[in-house]
Amino acid sequence: MSEAIYNNFIKDDRWKYITDGLKVTLEVTLFAVLIGIAIGFLVAVIRSTYDKTGKLKLCNFICKLYLTIIRGTPVLVQLMIIYFVIFGSVKISKVVVAVISFGINSGAYVAEIFRSGIMSVDQGQFEAGRSLGFTYFQTMWHIIMPQAFKNVLPALGNEFISLLKETSVGSYIALQDLTKGGDIIRSRTYDAFPPLIAVALIYLALVMLFTWFVQILERRLRQSER
Amino acid sequence: MMKKSMLCLAAAVCTVSLAACGGNSGTETTVATTAAETAETTTAADNAEETSAEAEESEETEAAAAGEGGTLVMVTNAEFPPYEYHDSSMTGPDGSDIVGIDVEIAAAVAEKMGKELVVEDVQFASIIPEILSGKADFGAAGMTVTEDRLVNVDFSDTYATAVQSIIVTSDSEITGPDDLAGKLIGVQEGTTGDLYSTDDFGDDMVERYLKGVDAVQALLQGKVDVVIIDNEPAKVFVSENEGLKLLDAAYAEEEYAIAVKKGNTELLEQINSALAELKESGKLDEITAKYITAE
Repeated sequence: MSEAIYNNFIKDDRWKYITDGLKVTLEVTLFAVLIGIAIGFLVAVIRSTYDKTGKLKLCNFICKLYLTIIRGTPVLVQLMIIYFVIFGSVKISKVVVAVISFGINSGAYVAEIFRSGIMSVDQGQFEAGRSLGFTYFQTMWHIIMPQAFKNVLPALGNEFISLLKETSVGSYIALQDLTKGGDIIRSRTYDAFPPLIAVALIYLALVMLFTWFVQILERRLRQSER
Repeated sequence: MMKKSMLCLAAAVCTVSLAACGGNSGTETTVATTAAETAETTTAADNAEETSAEAEESEETEAAAAGEGGTLVMVTNAEFPPYEYHDSSMTGPDGSDIVGIDVEIAAAVAEKMGKELVVEDVQFASIIPEILSGKADFGAAGMTVTEDRLVNVDFSDTYATAVQSIIVTSDSEITGPDDLAGKLIGVQEGTTGDLYSTDDFGDDMVERYLKGVDAVQALLQGKVDVVIIDNEPAKVFVSENEGLKLLDAAYAEEEYAIAVKKGNTELLEQINSALAELKESGKLDEITAKYITAE
């Protein structure tokens, strides 16, 4: 056992594949989450504005198209299309490609999560805001959004957890993320157990840490309810 | 009402499973209710029948595996023309569309052993783990004998010599292995091209794709400067893509062999003797010639 650990992690500084990979995974996830939130927020506001007021017809159509395409195709295929087709003739950092792909992909799911949050806030809240003299977007920002965000937080956390794990398909474009790091070790030592378990434990730890943060956030946001 | 019947059911299940644990010795559990008792007897009888049926079955399969018939599972990475690749216009020895030199050699070996060949297509880096875990009997994938690999598997006699070639774009300034320093190298993960170039040029200069063809795609798009891969697939990649050329100077030379689980000398000997026969009868050259057109 100790020999297996030596072979897989110590020899030739192989642990660096894991730590370097972890760095890439975190980097990709963080920026993809930010892009996902930005896109998701925008799309959700456009879609729910259309649903509530009937305005922004064209924007709504574009958003729907985006949702259909992104949710209708696997993230791996999207990643390969962005790497090999859209950035076909450009020398581009794989981290950037991954951030863009996963960001765009996540955006579609976040959009529907946000929209469900917005639609779940009682219509009366909205009418109250408008009758107090708020504009449509002021009502949205000050009254609807804070409540919507609180409602969707668990679902949002869920989406980011799956995004973190989804980044593992980056292997296909030779992105050296955490999974790939473990895979490279495996391709050197031909020992499946230690690198795969190590990688799995790290993902697990990351997800647990993240879940914990979301829980704290949820608790803080709920304080206003009392 | 509901609860009561559930309780009854649970009790019956418990008794039955107890009876099952007790085997077919016929020992009765005293707590059994009348209903459960009937159930128990029937199950015990059933169990007895089943066990004997199972025993017969397993005897049969064992006999089949040991003698004629049975299957021989080959694990490979079918992204490596002309040694192994998917070709929908052809039918491989096992009925799938995986064909190539390694596949035909394996089929000949299986034929000699009187077994049916099954080809499994996995990622190159997963081949040895597949063998180690016993999911496959042997690996034939244009594999070079290396020290690291020898720690985990035994290799047969070599059946082909190969070189690691360098593919560049037609307008590239790279003319040989000496120019590779400082260049971004695309390889297939886990291949000797990957292992050697990682040793020679460091991790940061090597990009590991899951398929050779993806590495070549990256080369065509200027994402890497060169691709290092085995000569035969390299030829196929170059002939099928415009704007690429193969350098005359090879990066490394090596020999292919078939891998089996460490200590599986029986299978290894069978493979070796089949290989020797194939070499002697000229069948090996025949197979090779079928896929590699002489220059």
